[in-house]
Amino acid sequence: MLRYLARRLAYVGMMLAGLVLITFVISNVTPADPAALAAGPDATPEMVATLRREYGLDRPLPQQFLRYADDLLHGRLGRSIQSGNEVAQDLARYVPATLQLVILAMGFACAVGIPLGMLAAVRRQSWLDHGIRVLAVSGVALPAFWIALLLQLVVAVWWGWLPTGGMLSIAADPPPTLTGMVLFDALLAGEWGTFLDAARHAVLPALVLSLPCLASVLRVNRAEMIEVLGSDHITAARAHGVAPGRLVGRLALKNAMLPTLAMIGLRFGWMLGSTVLVETVFDWPGIGLYAVNSAIAADFKPVMGVTLVIGFLFMLSNLLVDLAYGWLDPRTRGA
Amino acid sequence: MSATLQRLRLEHAGSLRRLRFFAWTFARSPSALLGLVLVLAFCILTLIGPWIVPYPEHARGAVDLANRLRPPSAAHWFGTDEMGNDILTRVVIGTRTSFWIGLTITGLAALVGVPLGVAAGYFGGRVRTVLMRVTDVFLAVPGLVLALAIVAALGPGILHGVLALAVVWWPGYVRLIEAKALTLRSEAYVEAARTMGASHTRILFRHILPNCMGPLVVKASMDMGMAILAAASLGFIGLGAKPPAPEWGAMIATGRSYMPDWWWYSAFPGLCIFLTVLGFNLFGDGLRDTLDPRSARG
Repeated sequence: MLRYLARRLAYVGMMLAGLVLITFVISNVTPADPAALAAGPDATPEMVATLRREYGLDRPLPQQFLRYADDLLHGRLGRSIQSGNEVAQDLARYVPATLQLVILAMGFACAVGIPLGMLAAVRRQSWLDHGIRVLAVSGVALPAFWIALLLQLVVAVWWGWLPTGGMLSIAADPPPTLTGMVLFDALLAGEWGTFLDAARHAVLPALVLSLPCLASVLRVNRAEMIEVLGSDHITAARAHGVAPGRLVGRLALKNAMLPTLAMIGLRFGWMLGSTVLVETVFDWPGIGLYAVNSAIAADFKPVMGVTLVIGFLFMLSNLLVDLAYGWLDPRTRGA
Repeated sequence: MSATLQRLRLEHAGSLRRLRFFAWTFARSPSALLGLVLVLAFCILTLIGPWIVPYPEHARGAVDLANRLRPPSAAHWFGTDEMGNDILTRVVIGTRTSFWIGLTITGLAALVGVPLGVAAGYFGGRVRTVLMRVTDVFLAVPGLVLALAIVAALGPGILHGVLALAVVWWPGYVRLIEAKALTLRSEAYVEAARTMGASHTRILFRHILPNCMGPLVVKASMDMGMAILAAASLGFIGLGAKPPAPEWGAMIATGRSYMPDWWWYSAFPGLCIFLTVLGFNLFGDGLRDTLDPRSARG
């Protein structure tokens, strides 16, 4: 297991280096000269040239890359033109908000997707099964930003059940910062009013974000359950008189969980990507909204920062899934 | 004439029988048929859209302020927008934009991904190691985020959006084809061909590529829908197509500012995205059950 861990870590390190290289290449295909951008519209050519030297843009590309990688290693992600802050500072504020949303959405997707998948597998080819499968395909095909707008319209505006956007009411006192995730901070501080307020704000965005994940978890879990339920050891257990509930819930589910787990890991990354859309609609102060606002304002450093952070989180989640996989099923350690 | 037909039918009996079998398998599934209907409707609207829309002059943005922001009615099924343009017209014309966007992204991705996948899977060795590492890195960032970064670098616009999405889309094809080519490489008939002195070119075009076609067609069909969705997402963020171009995502973005009161502005373009993506997904699912039954799961 230790050797396996070392190998996976080395692999992730290589992937990270690749990711840094990609963002470096993207930064360098910018048609606009970064020095000219930073110098402003009234700059003389001499000023631009000075800045070029200062930024090291006159050096050969490999040297520039090393400098770039060194900056990243020290957490220097550049400065945001819009907010005026260091990008790293902004990210530290926005990442927890996004993580809170993703954790809630992930939890919801698993809590609903896994039982529904089991149900569909047990009642195979029934109307229930067909209905659940339609739901699964629709979940992938629904444009997140559109369903977000519709839910906002119906649930928040027409019915007035939930707030339309934001993470907390303006009137509400933010809880003392521990994790940076308002919902959990309020819970830890025991501020029930704030907790309820934060929860009400999180329902719609988390629901929308979870839909594609819910759909895939459901699909994979259903398919795996069907396969496992047809396998010999389940038939044998059934013949020995194991109760149906225990058969499905304990024996079969355990075996079907591995591929479902892989799907959850994969979906975690996609979910981070969709926050770009969901946060835009619900005005959620996370990295997705930060990236979109910066991209529209041609504020380049924050976009790169968000790309790196999301790529990093995705690799981390993949690593965790790999390790869990290797732990649950020793046969996969060789791969 | 009928004699020629008879002869053709006899000569191609094998392929005809296979085609009939494909059609039969496909038609057995109601969801695949629904997908086919939706995809056909989309393609037909793309082809004849400009000649059947009720207000052709509204397609590129006209001004009819007397009729602005009207709710859905007999004259305007989907209502009108802030310039008085008929939304149904603009949504139908939007199929053309979406069609070429989907086709370009999928086409470019396959054009780059398939040769690289074949190179990695069939030839193997160091080429494979390098190619698959690069692919892994690209797949390690959610596509939409990477595309967003690329568009931010290139500057907003529909062409840049399509280009960016193509750049993040090809690794999926490398993965697919590499895995397929890798298993095909050690199949008995490929080894037999190699033993008999067949050249790489011949093996690739006679054995490897034809056998990759099934999964490739399935993936391309699904990707048509997903690429359209991704491009609409960029349009919605404001980095893709710009209004008044009749693009669904951009229409929803504009409609968003008229949201609670004039809800139909955003609702109907979104419905079209949903139905299109759903159609291509169900169609792809059906194709997989038909062409590539062994990988059909879930």
